[in-house]
Order: sequence, then structure tokens, then C-alpha cells
Amino acid sequence: MLQEFAEENIEPLATGAWILGTGGGGNPYLSTLNLRRLYAEGRRVQLMDPMALADDDMVAVVSNMGAPLVGQERLGDPAHLARAVEVMEDYLGKPFRAIMSVEIGGSNALSSFLAAAMLGRPVVNADAMGRAYPEAQMTSFAIGNLPMFPLSLVDVRDNEVIVTRAASWKWMERISRKVCTEVGSTAATCKAPRTGREVKDWGIHYTVTKAVELGRAVIEARARHDDPVKAVLDHEGGKQLFRGKVIDVARETTGGFLRGTTLIEGIDADKGARMELGFQNEWAVALRDGHPVAMTPDLICLLDTVSGSAIGTESVRYGQRVTVVALPAPALLTSPAGIAAVGPRAFGYDIDFTSVFS
Amino acid sequence: MKRIGIDVGGTNTDAVLIDGETILSSIKVPTTQDVMSGVKAALAHVSGFVGPTDRPIDAVMIGTTHFTNAVVERARLERVAAIRIALPTGRSLPPMCDWPDDLRAGVDPMIFMVHGGHEYDGSPLVPMIPDEIREAAMKIRDAGITSVAISATFSPLTTDCEVVAAEIVRSVIPDAKITLSHTLGRIGLLERENVALLNAALQSLGRTTVQAFSDALREAGVTAPFYLTQNDGTVALADVAAANPVHSFASGPTNSMRGAAFLTGLTDGMVVDVGGTTSDIGCLVGGFPREANNIVHIGGVRTLFRMPDLLPIALGGGTIIDPDTGKIGPRSVGYRILSEARVFGGNTLTTSDIAVAAGLIEMGDRDRVKDLDPALVKASLERIRAMVTDSFDQMKTSADNVALIAVGGGAFLIPDRIAGASDVLRVENAGVANALGAAMAQVSGEVDRVFSGLSRDEALAKAETEAQDAAVASGASRESLKTLEVEDIPIAYLPGGARRVRVRVIGDIAFT
Repeated sequence: MLQEFAEENIEPLATGAWILGTGGGGNPYLSTLNLRRLYAEGRRVQLMDPMALADDDMVAVVSNMGAPLVGQERLGDPAHLARAVEVMEDYLGKPFRAIMSVEIGGSNALSSFLAAAMLGRPVVNADAMGRAYPEAQMTSFAIGNLPMFPLSLVDVRDNEVIVTRAASWKWMERISRKVCTEVGSTAATCKAPRTGREVKDWGIHYTVTKAVELGRAVIEARARHDDPVKAVLDHEGGKQLFRGKVIDVARETTGGFLRGTTLIEGIDADKGARMELGFQNEWAVALRDGHPVAMTPDLICLLDTVSGSAIGTESVRYGQRVTVVALPAPALLTSPAGIAAVGPRAFGYDIDFTSVFS
Repeated sequence: MKRIGIDVGGTNTDAVLIDGETILSSIKVPTTQDVMSGVKAALAHVSGFVGPTDRPIDAVMIGTTHFTNAVVERARLERVAAIRIALPTGRSLPPMCDWPDDLRAGVDPMIFMVHGGHEYDGSPLVPMIPDEIREAAMKIRDAGITSVAISATFSPLTTDCEVVAAEIVRSVIPDAKITLSHTLGRIGLLERENVALLNAALQSLGRTTVQAFSDALREAGVTAPFYLTQNDGTVALADVAAANPVHSFASGPTNSMRGAAFLTGLTDGMVVDVGGTTSDIGCLVGGFPREANNIVHIGGVRTLFRMPDLLPIALGGGTIIDPDTGKIGPRSVGYRILSEARVFGGNTLTTSDIAVAAGLIEMGDRDRVKDLDPALVKASLERIRAMVTDSFDQMKTSADNVALIAVGGGAFLIPDRIAGASDVLRVENAGVANALGAAMAQVSGEVDRVFSGLSRDEALAKAETEAQDAAVASGASRESLKTLEVEDIPIAYLPGGARRVRVRVIGDIAFT
């Protein structure tokens, strides 16, 4: 089942993906420009229902890896994402039926589209996170204990690397991160190939449609002068956790993460209270007056109260009027294996996972 | 020290003559179609207060909207060439790829992408190929283009590629006006390059404008050095400023904030500048406007460079009020207020009419609003208060109460009491706050780049030294320098404890 992805869906996809990025994943602005230019050249992408994959179809899982700041200087080029897919095809000796993004959150939501537009392959309506996470072992495929190799990595200077084996998802993360850093902290990657069966069993399904519809709900609410934050909540069945003003942001980098906290002072119904958001690239935990009220894998999103636009952990700043919302996580992430991989302890918070929605 | 400050706004041209902190003379004249005759009139008036035996004028500071207007109107721009040194990266997103079509057409660019550039640690991305740049320069020369913008990846960290490329271009086109992106913008290639290209498109206008000011000064018998005011509340020597018109984009609001600081003696607080169509709220830190650290759109172009952090509100003296619903704005009668507002004989209900009806100010014919429903007047004032309060709170830097200074022609709209404000201050001479702000300007130096392999303290110290050197190079006296802002952000996924550090220092003009 294929359906053409319409040009007017690009903007909603970017808006929705940035919200689902839960503060990380990189702003999709440059990827959006790239995709618009490919569409302007007449290229089109077909969106494929994951259930339409044959069990033995091969699916490429792509992402741009690296520091978002480097991506603002070394502008990403769809040709390199496409090249990463081709390198993997050459290595495997068989063609990919379709392409998917590793994460629907942030800039990488569009990576599959960029590669797909170049290669004339469809994009699978699915990802492996349902949001954004910083590391390779934090995917639904890792939770499903699927093989983590091989991986191809392409640098703009004609450096191409294939990691043929890795002892674990964490080792794959360590090795590929090292290579990525060596070539300037930005690279196009094609992760471990998946079979159609694996995508059907372990992918997070229909997240492209989810991001597009979420983005469209926000854009339409803005146009009607309705409350875009309410549009996000209504569309996703989310919960508003807090509304206020950012009064402090503390950041540090350790272990390759951008870690830190953002402190928000309540207004309106939350007047007198404070919310602290802990982040590690993405928002990880939300504490109201010191007590945890939301935590990963539930999606914690910081939205501009007026526009409903997502605010990233790299761009949050003093004085912004914000609303903190929680959106439900994909069921797989809240399973015991999911909690082990992406629950609060995976980010160093010694608390048991309790869902906002339980 | 004796200075003249001139502010050329969209509506009025203001001028002041000050000696130390004493205002000797001030005048406000309408901005003329040709701009310069208004400037000459204002200049003739204030310079007339310096007698033949008096100490002559030491400096003239001019703030102007010439350059912003050119971009917004897509007029008076020149053809430019862009050379980006970044291949093999960025091929799919060439220079100007996100400009509005009409503006792009207005500068009719020639675009070249060549190999080279840097990594985040300053090492070369790939070797630069001088022949590629020479070839581009020859094509630019053959097309008769003389204004060139050069950008390279990570040039704010390592300027080598841009500097070497400029030498090559100059060897081919000796009279080329070259803008190097690292001299203007920050990390973010597309946004920095956009600033450089806007700057390149304004080169001729920059020169003719400065020449026209120079002629006007000579006609008025003023021989003092003159400066143009900059976005950050400082000044640059006119010849230097002419090469960087983008640094004058926000000089209007900046001068008004600086003037408000001078008139109240406050160095920290908030300023609201109420115009005819919109108001701007900004924040004074140490007597200077707080800088925006985010994307600012200019004429529809994304930029990231030294601009004041301003929050516009759709509220001005000419803002239209719907008499049926009580809705305020966002539309305004603008400069037609003197014919369309009710108190001035028109038929449109504006915020000024409400202010007259409420007795906040006397102007026009009060009888023409005496029949307004008092409930509408009261509700409108409350809505205005809510708009101001909300924006004020958004821009505040702490939960503590801070003072709000109201300036501009529509300052009477700002209520006397606002939640979160310790005080609402109004100032005499508010009408010439902009010109005063210009007259009081100082010189700054800024560094914004990524440091790696240094401890946080070492990185901050190094950045501060570099910022001080930059200020001195721009004409500041080293003894007067003080550090205004220090900000650092660690960077994710980069080794070596990389952190982006931004430091700004400020000082008095060094007179030799």
C-alpha cells in the first residue's frame, strides 16, 4: 500500500516531528528546506504502510548522526543519506524495498524522506522510537533484541565505514559514535537493516502520519487563533503538566550528552509552584516542587504557550512562556524491556517509572 | 565633551547637542522624502548653538533607518555575488536558498560554491582550492559585480579560508567590496551567510548614505569625526559603519532604549517604546539593550547576529479599536492618525481617542469623543493594560519587580501601574530620547565562538581578552572597558569539553 506524500504535508511533518522530539533530535528547519527543494525538482516520496511489507523485504533505517551544532555549519545533504543506503546495499548484496527513519522526533524524521526522494524508494510509515532518544540502544529494535549490525557511515569526504559486527547495541553506539566524532561529529548513517517481518513486529507504526496530523492540528489551531497547546493535547490524548515562565537554565556536557535542568515558575493555575525539567539531549524527567510527575519514556514536551511550537533543550532560554505537556509513549517503550532500555534509570535517575497516563 | 546626536526615524528626525550630560539644544523635524534635507535642517539648528569662540563639537553620532528600509522595501539594493567555501558539504542548500523570491530578485545574485572550510576544532574540512576562487572572481568581475559576500564553514572559529579567499578576490577585482561572514555573524552557516549577503547588497547605499551625511555636516560647518549608531547601542566610525550597514538595522529602538537609560539614570530595567503602529519592549542591562540570542527575521530573511532582544506588541497610538467588540488592533491607521483618528476629525476609533476620552492626554478635539461609552473606554484601557503587562512580564529577567520606562509618541498609553513593575517612569525630553541615545553611545567588542581543549575558566578568560582587543580595534579606550555579558553553553557530542562562549565588553570612545 503506497500513497504519495503530498508537498503540503512537509511543513506539518516538521512541526509535528519537532514536538515529538521532546526537546532533542535537532530542529528540522534545514531538513525541511532540503525536502522542499527535492520536491521543487519534481521528486516525490511514496509513503508505505508497514503492514504492506513482505516478511523478507529489506528495509533501510537511516539517520543523520552527530552534534546538532555541527549540522548548522556542515549543512546536511540528501545525497549523503542516499549514499549511506547504497553502501549498505552494496555490502548486503541485495536491494532495500523501502526506507525508514530511526526516530520520528526532530530532524531525523525527514532523513528517510531525503534518502527516499533521492533513491526513488518509499518511506515506511514507522520509526524505531516514536519520539527521539540520543543513543542506538534506545530503539524498539534494541528492545526487541534484534541484531545491531552491520552499520554504514558516510562522511562527505568520501570516507565510508561499515561496522560489520558489534558485541551489543551499546558497543555499536560506542564504535559508531567514535567514527562519527572522528569525521567531524556529523555523518549520514544506515543502521542495521531490518526485514519486513522485523519492522512489522518491532517498529513503532504509523508515526509519520501521527507527526503530520499533530503538526497539522497545531498549524490549523494557529490559523484559527485557537489554542495550539490544546490542539496538541486533544490530538495526542496528552496531559498538561504545568504552565509558566522559564526562570533558569543550567547546561553541561558529560558523556557526550547535553545534560542539565530547566526551572519554570508557575503562572495561572500553577502560580506558586515550580517545575524542574531534567534533560539529557531530550527532556527526561519533570519534577513539580521536587516530586517527579512525569518521566521517560512518557513524552515530555515543552511548548511555547502562545504558538504551540516545540522548544528544544539547546534553545530553551530565560523568560520564555511555556507549557509542559506529557504525551503517551508507545506501548513497547513502557513494557519491562522498554523501561530497562529507556526508563528513568537508563538516564541515571534512580526512580521507578510511573506513567502520567496509568 | 560636546556631541551632536541625530536620529533619522521613519516619521521624525531628531537632533540634540549635549555637553557632557547637559542638553544644550534639541529639535524635532519631520523626516523628509529625500531624508537629507531634514537632517540638514536639524543639524543647522543644533550646531547653531555653538558660537564661534566656543569649544567646537567633538563628535557627531547618527542613527538611521536607511538600511532597514532598503531591505524591507526591496529598493536601493545592489547586485551581489556569494562565494561559499564549504564543499563537499552544503551542496543541496546553496546560498540564499531560504530568501523570499522578491528580495532575491532584488539582489540578482551570482552564486559560487567552492571547496574548503573548517571543522569545529579549526582544522580544514578539505583543502581550499585557490583556482576555484580565482575562477569565481573572474566571472564576478566579468559580470560587473563589485560586492561580494564570502562565507566558510565554522569561520567564526577559524577565519583563514574567508581571509585568504578575500585576498584572491581582491587580486582579481581590486575595487571589490568584500563582506566576510565571520565579521558579522555567529555559528549557523545559513544565517551568518544571509547576514553577509544582506550586508553586501547594501554596500553602495552604505557609502552614498555616509557621503551624504558627511556633506550635510560639512555644509553645517561641523568638522568633528562622525559615527553611526549600531544595533547593540554602541557607535562605529562612519567609514567603518558604511562597510557594515547590517549593524545599523536596529539602531532606532536601540537608541531609544539608550536614551531612556540616560534620561532616567537607570542602567537596568525595561523600556517600552510606543510608536504609531507597534510598540517594542526591550530590556536594559548595564545601560545597554539585552541582545537577542536567537533567529531574527529581517525583511523575511533568517539572520543570527548582534541584534537587540525586542518583543513587538501590536499596540500604538494609531491602533484601531472595534467599537462593537472592543477588540484592539492589530491594524493601525499609522501615519494617517492626524486625519483618521476621531479626535483629529476622522471616523476611526483609535487607542489615542480612548486616551483622550479617559483624560490621559490632551490632543485634538476632545468633544469628538465625549459621547464614547464610558464602559468601552474603561474596558479598552484594561485590555491595553493586559497587553502591556503580559509582554512586560515575558521580557523580564527576574521575578523581582523592575522599573518600566515609557518612551515614544504613544507613551501615554502605558498605565501608571503595571503588575511586576516597581515603577512606571516617564521622562521629559522623551521626544528626543533617540537622538540622546545616539549622542551617548560607546564602543563595544564581542566574541562568540567555540573553545575546546580549555577549562571553562580558561575559555572565558580567553574570550574576554579577545573581546577587549576587538573593542580597542573599534576605537574604544582600553582603560574604560568593562565586561557587559558573559554566556557559555557546552556543546553536545563534541569531545574536548567544547563550549560556545560569548563575551561582550564596552568602553568609551578613545579620542586621540
